[in-house]
Amino acid sequence: MAVDHEMVARVAGLARLKLAPADVAPLADELNKILGWIDQLQAVETGNIQPMTAVIPNSRPWREDEVTDGGIQDDVLANAPEAAHGFFAVPKVIE
Amino acid sequence: MTIFTDLTLLAMRDGLAARDFTARELVGAHVTAVEAARPLNAFIVETPEIALAAADAADAALANGSAGLLAGIPVGIKDLFCTKGVQTTAASAILKGFTPRYESTVTARLFDAGAAMLGKLNLDEFAMGSSNETSAFGPVISPWRALGSQAPLVPGGSSGGSSAAVAARLCAAATGTDTGGSIRQPAAFTGIAGIKPTYGRCSRWGIIAFASSLDQAGVMARTVADCALMLEAMAGYDPKDSTSLNAPVPAYAKALSGSLKGKRIGIPREYRMDGMDSAVDALWQQGIAWARDAGAEIVDVSLPHTGEALPTYYIVAPAEASSNLARYDGVRYGMRVAPDGGTLNDMYEATRAAGFGHEVKRRIMIGTYVLSAGYYDAYYLKAQKVRALIAQDFEHAWESCDLLLTPTAPTAAFGLGAKMADPIAMYLNDVFTVPASLAGLPAMSIPAGLDPDGLPLGLQIIGRPLDEQGVLNASYALEQAAGFVAAPTRWW
Repeated sequence: MAVDHEMVARVAGLARLKLAPADVAPLADELNKILGWIDQLQAVETGNIQPMTAVIPNSRPWREDEVTDGGIQDDVLANAPEAAHGFFAVPKVIE
Repeated sequence: MTIFTDLTLLAMRDGLAARDFTARELVGAHVTAVEAARPLNAFIVETPEIALAAADAADAALANGSAGLLAGIPVGIKDLFCTKGVQTTAASAILKGFTPRYESTVTARLFDAGAAMLGKLNLDEFAMGSSNETSAFGPVISPWRALGSQAPLVPGGSSGGSSAAVAARLCAAATGTDTGGSIRQPAAFTGIAGIKPTYGRCSRWGIIAFASSLDQAGVMARTVADCALMLEAMAGYDPKDSTSLNAPVPAYAKALSGSLKGKRIGIPREYRMDGMDSAVDALWQQGIAWARDAGAEIVDVSLPHTGEALPTYYIVAPAEASSNLARYDGVRYGMRVAPDGGTLNDMYEATRAAGFGHEVKRRIMIGTYVLSAGYYDAYYLKAQKVRALIAQDFEHAWESCDLLLTPTAPTAAFGLGAKMADPIAMYLNDVFTVPASLAGLPAMSIPAGLDPDGLPLGLQIIGRPLDEQGVLNASYALEQAAGFVAAPTRWW
């Protein structure tokens, strides 16, 4: 399953990574080498095997449904690159 | 005169308890050592004032009998653990300046036990690497050098700041995290001990996430007993981490035993690789002999899917990373790059392009690709099935043995820059450590010998889920047999 330049650009878009045009070809080469190596897994017989969903079997603990945290707006916003009026501020999204 | 920085953690604890020296003296000596070792680039942030304040608190606690398990012990914290009021970056430019308003569960436990934090330790960016060369704060240089050489070597990764700092006697112990070998491989490269406990033993709360089904915190120190004591302080159930295991934590250090009588130690035949480094192979054979001498029965076992572990890991880990790292978008914390007149999406893309380094981008791309529509079944689902087979291999092995003994890494430390051009060659460093990570098993590396260039090599012990005590005991037995005393010669 070779990755072409168009696929690299599409995946970069999905991952929200801006790629310079000059970066696309070398990245495609790197990804193809790594994916080519990973492809050896296709040879493993996994017919009836259930995919792993829990590393160590562990039952989900129950707890009371009560408020245990909150009221820390200043803490939440303390590291924001830009905050205004108690909110995170971002470039305008509505025309 | 006592050289404080050469003491083991247990000797420090005993000396403090006997009031042979004060925590202020002990921690002060380490603060000085940290300042003198800046050429190693092991620390991203030094926190001498925090360390000395903790030392004073420890001295007071020791005087009034309220001292915790680690009172006055100088430790380093990998910069993947959020520390309240101290910059936490995961060695990424995208988090430069990020100062958490909360404390990770593991560091909170260490500080409650009285540990004195000397600073935040360098690592591979977001713990993605095996040589500590992907850090946005520059590579860590190993305190070790090959015989007759001045060439800089890597300290292993991703916990390379931790391994370098402990090996260079800058701190008694350090926290590490291990996703595919990031505690054990750097421990092996620098001649120290390191344990990755069972997945879920230590809370992940407040640890910057890389691959959530694999990430596990652990300890790096110069002896097995030191690791045992610090792990005791770190481990335990935490309701804030839904994968945390609700099981009692034994007093590991007190229960340490060097006898392997009645233990069956498995030697997995698939770990014998073609073209294996002869010094690594010889040490492995020596380790088998040591285990037998300590009373163990040696058993040949098979882990048939060992060869598929690395490619499985390089699907699962990037997939989880691409999801975890989606949060770095320039909105809530960290770097923001907003092009003039650009949209919100332009901001996301520019921020992430500027903030992430090359290896991180590469893994985000792989992860996004294997999770994308049309490829999910072929890659991610397939990998999770193979992962189940790898875990089954271990379950079958436990029918005939109690522990496994393998080399930790396929080679000794390599030169700075030697493997940066070839990602797959770099990934192969973790060939012996990744299978236990995929199965969530406790595993430890101990320093066991030197290669012909005078560089340390490690042996790995893998155990059943939650059998950290068994892993520590076997490691302790091998440590005693190996009598490893080599230390790097100071050049910095």
